Amino acid sequence: MALDSSSVPTAAPSKLVKAATSETRIARLTLIVVALGFVVLFLLLPLATVFIEAFRNGPVEFATTLRDPETFSAIRLTLIVAAIAVPLNLVFGVAAAWAIAKFEFKGKAFLTTLIDLPFSVSPVISGLVFVLLFGANSALGPFLQKYGIHILFAVPGLVLATVFVTFPFVARELIPLMQEQGTSDEEAALSLGATGWQTFWHVTLPNIKWGLLYGVLLCNARAMGEFGAVSVVSGHIRGQTNTMPLQVEILYNEYNFVAAFAVATVLALLALVTLVLKTALELRYSDEIAASRRH
Amino acid sequence: MAFRSSTRWRFRQPSVIPGFGLALGVTLTWLTLIVLIPLSGLIWRSSGLGWSNFMALVLDERTVNALTISFGTAFIAAVVNLFFGVVLAWVLVRYRFPGKRVIDAMVDLPFALPTAVAGIALTALYAPNGWIGSLLEPLGIKVAFTPAGIVVALVFVGLPFVVRTVQPIMEEIDKEVEEAAATLGANRYQTISRVLLPGLLPAGLTGFALAFARGVGEYGSVIFIAGNLPYVSEIAPLLIIIRLEEFNYPAATAIATVMLFLSFIMLLIINTIQSWSRRRYSNGA
Repeated sequence: MALDSSSVPTAAPSKLVKAATSETRIARLTLIVVALGFVVLFLLLPLATVFIEAFRNGPVEFATTLRDPETFSAIRLTLIVAAIAVPLNLVFGVAAAWAIAKFEFKGKAFLTTLIDLPFSVSPVISGLVFVLLFGANSALGPFLQKYGIHILFAVPGLVLATVFVTFPFVARELIPLMQEQGTSDEEAALSLGATGWQTFWHVTLPNIKWGLLYGVLLCNARAMGEFGAVSVVSGHIRGQTNTMPLQVEILYNEYNFVAAFAVATVLALLALVTLVLKTALELRYSDEIAASRRH
Repeated sequence: MAFRSSTRWRFRQPSVIPGFGLALGVTLTWLTLIVLIPLSGLIWRSSGLGWSNFMALVLDERTVNALTISFGTAFIAAVVNLFFGVVLAWVLVRYRFPGKRVIDAMVDLPFALPTAVAGIALTALYAPNGWIGSLLEPLGIKVAFTPAGIVVALVFVGLPFVVRTVQPIMEEIDKEVEEAAATLGANRYQTISRVLLPGLLPAGLTGFALAFARGVGEYGSVIFIAGNLPYVSEIAPLLIIIRLEEFNYPAATAIATVMLFLSFIMLLIINTIQSWSRRRYSNGA
């Protein structure tokens, strides 16, 4: 037997003969060129443009436009809104994933669909619904006016619109991950005498921490970059209710292109940091995040 | 006992895991406050308009034009994305070339880059004095400030949807299927077009539908490059904002309700495609 297999010349894969399950060299090169050309044209060039336009008049002007107090307050507002909206959706996402992944109950599929709903709503409509709810001619309007509660054209409105838009991110990331992990770890902890909270903090949370971070990362990127929804509820009060993306729009519409692109570089850097961290998480902890791309 | 409990209707299966009430309570409260009440507010307001009034607002010429432009450009962009998305996914899954990992990560850029930033960058590129615009202008092609500009922005926004739905399915294709096709005498082109691509159809359609749905509602990346000329390059989300700024709440509500209704239909179609593909391809891919 051993003699047989060694005496039969194995069909050494010659470099000249193409395997039946691969394409010709020309086909391969064409496809790679088409794909890369598309990526360069539609993804890399726009990204590069942001930085090139921002530095068009040199680094000095870039720095001075960024030091503008209005830009500063836009950055601060963006950070405040994200700092409120992201933790709220984090708590919600963990609660929703716990209920949906660890238990079997009626209407679960429907609940999952409802959680995904904000993704299929236009950002403009996401802002509009809050205008209709809290605006001057709504049912709540006169009440809010009487007690001087400002929701629209103020921070609460921006937070509400941002929470709506980023609603599904954390839950969506955690549900498949926790479903995959099952309940045996938790059952073991409980049978050993741990309380429910102890089980959550010491067993579940360590299991889902990377998936949670992944979800928070995506949620935060969207929260800081959201434009359509916050544009509807913000009222564009300069220095007060302009987040960074809205500041970009205002500067751009004033033909202040260098300043608009300077603020845009901050957002582009945020996007790049998000991509780098996201890729790092996918490479390092691919088994511990249920990135939707895997299944 | 087991027999009795299985026939009795119960809301949830028994479990030793605690915290169901708390978790579901938080979930339902938050969902109701943030999503359900605001969305039903929109439906309620539009139902208050009355049917004939609602239809008159929806069939307004400018509204119909805006909806046609939104859906038309989103459809074209989704077709472009379906083609290039599948090619890109194929190249990323099958071939090795320098910088592949970076390209793979870059595919998610449209998810991470704020839409307003994408909008002004694309406008700068495709404007008549921009890098690409100045190359196209001698050919008589205008992209920025025309409907073609809207398509460009929506291609940018929708690309990751197609790549990221097709890519994982492509990775799972069994090499044996291709080998079987080759042994049976199929050439490479036949194997790809008759064996591999049909298996990718459900994923491709899902990605197409996701990109299309996203494109219909997209606002931030479009408004800078579109030119926003009524009846020509004015998208439906922008018209909602214009009506709001005119304090014409009924019109804004009516347009939003139609868009919401149409996107629910698309959500339904996406779910149907997915369950159909699960039934059809449940064994194997």
